[in-house]
Amino acid sequence: MQILVKAVGVAAALSLSAPALAGWEPSKPVEIVVAAGAGGASDQMARMMQAAIQKNNLMKQPIVVSLKGGASGAEALMYMKSSEGDPNKVLIAYSLIYMLPLSAKIPFNWRELTPVSVIALDQFVLWDNSAGPRTVKEFVAAAKAASAPFKMGGTGSKREDHVLTVFLEQKTGAKFSYLPYKSGGEAATQLVGNHTESNVNNPSENLEVWRAGQVRPLCVFDKERISYTSKVTETQSWADIPTCKEEGVDVQYLMLRAMFLPGKVTAEQQAFYVELFHKVTQTAEYKDYMEKQALKPIFLTGKDMVQFLEEDDAVNKSLMTEAGFVAK
Amino acid sequence: MEALGLLLHGFAVLLTWKTLVLMMVGLVLGIFVGVLPGLGGPNGVAILLPLTFTMDPTSAIVMLSCIYWGALFGGAITSILFNIPGEAWSVATTFDGYPMAQQGRAAEALTAAFTSSFIGSLVAVLLITFLAPMISSFALKFGPPEFFAVYLLTFCSFVGLGREAKHKTVISMSLGLLLAGIGMDTVSGNLRMTFGSSELLRGINFLVAVIGLFGISEILLTMEERLALRGHAASISLRVVLSVWKDLPKYWVTLLRSSFIGCWLGITPGGAIAASFMGYNLAKRFSKDPESFGKGRIEGVFAPETAAHASGTAALLPMLALGIPGSGTAAILLGGLMVWGLNPGPLLFVEHKDFVWGLIASMYLGNVVGLVLVLTTVPIFASILRVPFAAVAPMIVVSCAIGAYAIENAMFDIWLMLGFGVVGYVFKKIGIPLAPFTLALVLGNRAEDAFRLSMIGAGGDLKVFWSNGLVGSITTLAIVLLFWPAVDGLLSRLGWTKQTKRSSP
Repeated sequence: MQILVKAVGVAAALSLSAPALAGWEPSKPVEIVVAAGAGGASDQMARMMQAAIQKNNLMKQPIVVSLKGGASGAEALMYMKSSEGDPNKVLIAYSLIYMLPLSAKIPFNWRELTPVSVIALDQFVLWDNSAGPRTVKEFVAAAKAASAPFKMGGTGSKREDHVLTVFLEQKTGAKFSYLPYKSGGEAATQLVGNHTESNVNNPSENLEVWRAGQVRPLCVFDKERISYTSKVTETQSWADIPTCKEEGVDVQYLMLRAMFLPGKVTAEQQAFYVELFHKVTQTAEYKDYMEKQALKPIFLTGKDMVQFLEEDDAVNKSLMTEAGFVAK
Repeated sequence: MEALGLLLHGFAVLLTWKTLVLMMVGLVLGIFVGVLPGLGGPNGVAILLPLTFTMDPTSAIVMLSCIYWGALFGGAITSILFNIPGEAWSVATTFDGYPMAQQGRAAEALTAAFTSSFIGSLVAVLLITFLAPMISSFALKFGPPEFFAVYLLTFCSFVGLGREAKHKTVISMSLGLLLAGIGMDTVSGNLRMTFGSSELLRGINFLVAVIGLFGISEILLTMEERLALRGHAASISLRVVLSVWKDLPKYWVTLLRSSFIGCWLGITPGGAIAASFMGYNLAKRFSKDPESFGKGRIEGVFAPETAAHASGTAALLPMLALGIPGSGTAAILLGGLMVWGLNPGPLLFVEHKDFVWGLIASMYLGNVVGLVLVLTTVPIFASILRVPFAAVAPMIVVSCAIGAYAIENAMFDIWLMLGFGVVGYVFKKIGIPLAPFTLALVLGNRAEDAFRLSMIGAGGDLKVFWSNGLVGSITTLAIVLLFWPAVDGLLSRLGWTKQTKRSSP
């Protein structure tokens, strides 16, 4: 009887996996390559996926997280580029794949990698110290009236946070001194300690200090409010934060979170990972994580993904050019 | 009394079988590297660091700090039995320890060394326990100017207080700063000095540099000197231990003075080496019978060992609370913290209470366990030295190479390590100190970022470094320390420090 059950199980597993996978499966432990330091948003996401895959037995081989955050993430990009044909490495990418080659002339092009899927979009929020101005209008007025420019903290130079700061200046007419820190966590604690007046961190980076009542979200850089309505602090949920457009500052930016394989892998290998990450997005771990970190759910793959990437690349390129961040 | 509560919490975090086993393993490994000439604390910790990458941070730091305590204990064994200081800070221990061994009082000398090591660390741990919460309470006051001022203080005190020639310290530090600039510059977002090489993108990992500079170069030197290992047999009986302990109260002034010197030099980056010499010199100076030093006087073992251990332990306080290492080993532990995703610095005490108090509790436990362990295992470790150097050296080189490779899984790093080995050998030959080089490699980037962020924030006005009491006093102290020899000379001309001048050898 037991043997029969086992046989049925195996048959079921085979029939399920056969059409999509065409038999290919990793034969070695799979590495999730993170293009950022330990504890950052990418690392947290990679560890969530590791847990989701292992707890739900989505893959036979173990999965390891490998941090390649050197040179502001360029290390991970070059690592993927040089791993051509190796189907046991997946990169968890974000907007640096467009920006880093432009600003630092890193010899990298995302088109050389194999796209797997876009799994989430990350928001940006304008935050100030909870002792600072209460609304965007008051904040902008205070920034304009200040004798020395307001200090804006962010992660890295000539990247998302810096671009947002430049566009904030253009739309409001206020001047900011942009301070590039090594991580979003550092930008968060510096805002709490009043060494900067504001930052444009992702929700996840400021979540803990917001819950501790040390910072205040002013507006979110998207065309619609964040959808999660359960309370995060005593009184507020993510959905209570107004959009910047509502507050009269029309700046929008969303950052992709997407998975890539190295170049020159086979179609079966690509298909295996498309299926794998599709299953990951169905898990409870993924759904919890999306809500906790206020990420926007999305799942794109194949042609849709490439089209999305091309459009997103064009948007980022024009933003970078307009901000004057493209290296000559 | 908040500290006591947190400390008890730390013990609770620590008292699991897994942690206790890791502690024992760490201590044994530490004693082992401490005994081997050419390895030692910083190298041992650097080589074994990658082993801990997969552990949780608390277990990892407990194991590494136990390696550190073990190395501190182990350094004394070779100094006394073989007249070979396993560690630079054990040099002063050989002055009286080896004569004692020659007179057949090896057991007495070893007991004295281990006991005073224990006392020294205990005093320093007590200091850490009660100072740490105070330091974390003003954690949030640290913005870029404050951080820069503290880094400046570290660099300046190395130049001003170091025993080496000033120009050599500056040369060493400048080279370190230069190499620290390789890779991505966070502030401008541009690449620097990578010359199109993708291996250089991530910059030079200071651990690779440290393994080469210290480990490989020491092997090269030892080979050149054709080191012969000859030692005295040693075993410790309970009777000897008790008789040494009975005499201990007689030396309370020496023990207290050495502990104090050690704590002070550990917090400022003078380090354990300076502390051990200073402890020995002061004990000799204030003794009624200075002539008997160097001929096998037990006080001559107590004084340097207490100071070295107090300093080695106290060096962890600035590392944890401010992110500034007080010693080479602390600098490597600092790198480890970053690898585990902990940001050393003021906020560590706020954000990672479990980790910090687990570590502090491990200092207490590690020292007690370590004392028992060394007292019982001396004969075993002494036998290591009967293995020919020709067999030990290749093992050390291989472990260095594995250590360097494991950090980033990069073959390039092994070549880099060998290159640094040669650099370290040349530096030692021409008398350029390695510590400032390492320090600059570790802190160079952070110091530069902090400086440039301060400048952006202040619109390029240097007055920001005197803009409030906190940053102003640190910056001023840094500048005073930079010119310390001149300041000291001025003071002594005014007759303020005549006492110190006359009595220095």
